[in-house]
Amino acid sequence: MSLRRPAKNQPENFEFNPSSLEEAKSIIAKYPEGKQQSAVMALLYIAQKQNDNWIPLAAMKYIAKFLDMPYIKVYEVATFYSMYNLSPVGKYFVQVCTTTPCMIRGANKLVEACKEKISEDESVLSNDKSCSWMEVECLGACVNAPMMQINDDYYEDLDKEKTLKILDKILNGEKPTPGSYRGRINNEPENNRKTLMDLKNA
Amino acid sequence: MLKDQDRIFQNLYNDLGPDLTSSQKRGDWVNTKEITDKGRDWIINEIKDSQLRGRGGAGFPTGLKWSFAPKEVGSRPHYLVINGDESEPGTCKDRDILRFEPHKLIEGCLIASYAIQAHVCYIYIRGEYFVDGQKLQVAIDEAYEKKLLGKNAAGTGWDLDIYIHYGAGAYICGEETALLESIEGKKGQPRLKPPFPALIGLYGCPTIINNVETIAVVPTILRRGGKWFASLGREKNTGTKIFCISGNVNNPCNVEEEMNIPLKELIEVHAGGVIGGWDNLQAVIPGGSSMPLIPKDKCETLTMDFDSLMAEKSGLGTAGVVVINKDQDIIKCMARIARFYKHESCGQCTPCREGSGWMWRMLERMAKGEASKDEIDMLGDVTKQIEGHTICAFGEGSSWPVQGLLRHFKDEIKKRNKFDPIVKENKNIPYLVDQHLLDKNA
Repeated sequence: MSLRRPAKNQPENFEFNPSSLEEAKSIIAKYPEGKQQSAVMALLYIAQKQNDNWIPLAAMKYIAKFLDMPYIKVYEVATFYSMYNLSPVGKYFVQVCTTTPCMIRGANKLVEACKEKISEDESVLSNDKSCSWMEVECLGACVNAPMMQINDDYYEDLDKEKTLKILDKILNGEKPTPGSYRGRINNEPENNRKTLMDLKNA
Repeated sequence: MLKDQDRIFQNLYNDLGPDLTSSQKRGDWVNTKEITDKGRDWIINEIKDSQLRGRGGAGFPTGLKWSFAPKEVGSRPHYLVINGDESEPGTCKDRDILRFEPHKLIEGCLIASYAIQAHVCYIYIRGEYFVDGQKLQVAIDEAYEKKLLGKNAAGTGWDLDIYIHYGAGAYICGEETALLESIEGKKGQPRLKPPFPALIGLYGCPTIINNVETIAVVPTILRRGGKWFASLGREKNTGTKIFCISGNVNNPCNVEEEMNIPLKELIEVHAGGVIGGWDNLQAVIPGGSSMPLIPKDKCETLTMDFDSLMAEKSGLGTAGVVVINKDQDIIKCMARIARFYKHESCGQCTPCREGSGWMWRMLERMAKGEASKDEIDMLGDVTKQIEGHTICAFGEGSSWPVQGLLRHFKDEIKKRNKFDPIVKENKNIPYLVDQHLLDKNA
């Protein structure tokens, strides 16, 4: 298990803005009547998006009321799942996969790059407070290792140099293009494809 | 090598586009009504004849699982739940299905829902695959628009609604009952079985849970016949499978191949060989991180299917092949996997919650050569005390890779960690029981 603590400085209030409210209602409609608790994960995610990538305790209380469920149940969910950020992570949240398949292809170089560009320690905001990084467990893009995720997008087939370039971009407030950084197409074996060749050449 | 016309996922590399029109050109949604008109029993029997086994890791026969659903719908509705919480290190096959072959999955959902009499289907996708989930949502919207979903879906007379539910970064939610808890809006902690989900599952209703790949191959099997699928591979290990080859190979890739393909062919032909040549191979993890590794000498002749890997005391799991060459420190690799399990344990059962941390810390010490020679047996003992003493299979999943390391690389560990626990040298090792012997002032 991992240790997860809410941030010390918490805002007093939280409320969904109109677009979040609409999204929340459409999500509750996916589940049978009386089972609105099922929407808690999606609602926490909406709250996180609305609140600059992190969830304050006020949002958990608000969601508990919204879904008519005990606050502690929302708190439980928010602290159990690792994708809910309980403290500020900045506008760009960099997650570097360092599990074995990425590790043996040099994920530690990506970590080095993050240390150089963003901050010495993980989960610490950069000087301009715009981004932070952390090591995470397998992100499920093992054949594109090493890779990292920035907010929702995957950046694949990286090395230290390419990572530095990507980080420079986000520090300048630009969004780099997601996908492979070695120019390969999806998950095909680069320059060594032996299957479905008719379709490739079609 | 498997013939191209026998490959189910023609668009695995997205040469053709994932949209409805091009999917229909590949044969999806062509005669869905004809299939469902043949009846539930025919569908389930055909899947049984195909000997399709679940692609999510455990390899449970799919036809058999479907036949566990109650024959009559009682007061409680039935549910179909698709498990797309792909988080096993080394595995990334479901992601390609979600983004490039979404209509195979959606059509499979319709047929499976019809077979088990469900009107609602939830697809659980891991939160990190948000972008890929959005692509699936586009495909679902397309299907609704063309009346392939909703009331009288695809003219079959069956009503079906499909909803996506995103996870939020918990590996344990890939366990089927933890996944149900997660959909119900709780912490993802597995339930005790029995009762099995087929009778008491989501919201206490009968629920069938299948992996993304399992459901996505169903329409093709029913179109081409269970016999065709059973003719590929070998008895009880039939059909095709997407293999993910990652790690120290020249061209890491996903490829759909026949079951029972030699491991060497997968690595040498499709993945462009081991970095530094075949002789530089150290070990292979054949089926995602939960499966014990296999040393090089056995890799020469190994074939990739459920039963032949079981005979090697490993398993096919999710078919995520991780190749480790001799440039890597094997103990460190396994220590990193142990750290993964320590991080992902849900904390419900004590042996797993505490033991996964012990295994990680012991392996980290062993990688540095700081462990005593007694600790090697102690580590084996810890794995045995976790295995089989937990609610779900996570206990096995976390202890098997460590057992695999001990089975095949014990000498390597011994060579690095050989000091005697009865202290003769002055070493400051705080966890040692007889540390007090070292204290000069004592």
